[in-house]
Amino acid sequence: MILGFTMVLVGTAVLVGMLCVVLGLAGRKPADLTLLALVVVEVLLLAQIVIAIVAPAVGNPPTGNPAEFWVYLVTAAIIPPLAVIWALVERTRWSTVVLGVAALAVAVMSYRMYQIWTVQLA
Amino acid sequence: MSATPVPRRSTGVGRVLVAVYAILAIAATGRSVFQIIDRFDEAPIAFSLSAVAAVVYIVATIALALGWRRAALLTICFELAGVLVVGTLSIVAPGLLGLDAIDPFGREATVWSAFGAGYLLVPLVLPVLGLLWLRRLQRASTAGAGV
Repeated sequence: MILGFTMVLVGTAVLVGMLCVVLGLAGRKPADLTLLALVVVEVLLLAQIVIAIVAPAVGNPPTGNPAEFWVYLVTAAIIPPLAVIWALVERTRWSTVVLGVAALAVAVMSYRMYQIWTVQLA
Repeated sequence: MSATPVPRRSTGVGRVLVAVYAILAIAATGRSVFQIIDRFDEAPIAFSLSAVAAVVYIVATIALALGWRRAALLTICFELAGVLVVGTLSIVAPGLLGLDAIDPFGREATVWSAFGAGYLLVPLVLPVLGLLWLRRLQRASTAGAGV
């Protein structure tokens, strides 16, 4: 993982998470803003997948266990789509909150992934 | 005035609870399975507890989603006890769990280490919210039946 990109990923996920939770508690149903926000998070995760595949080949391997890293990354990558499907099926304020929770979960997982990549020893 | 029956499936806030439980169950299961496959001998007690916790979270998620209140109550109480007991042990006597470090983000950490600090204390807060939610359902259905 790359520090700069990780900061973008975690930062975006946190902002999207807080945005969706606040909008949801304020009564907004899932709409373009909140749904697209989760799409942005998913795009960043997909980019992270590409980075994680390429990085070891150019001299940036994980210090931790790669399998553990990929378990986290794959899990994180399926959460936004599930949340978006949930929000499309049931358009209530609470599904907007769920979108936020999903984004915050991605943020935590991404932080953990960074730890596995750079700090934790295999 | 007739009371509307409480739906067995949770609605609104209950749905958020189910969603958070689902995410926690997925995360705990993934981590637990990986730890057991990769390095079970490093902390067998802790990782076994982790596996039990993951299973309980899965059952709790399903129970809340399908409205199986008794199963939900049992699993939520179990995990609340778990996070409190294991969380305390992981801080004051990690050796009992076979851990030599307290770090909740470390390689030996489990979902209940340091009261779920590695998961933003969600494992500690969630069962409390779950119990409050179940109590609310119970009161609503009792009120409805009493009319």
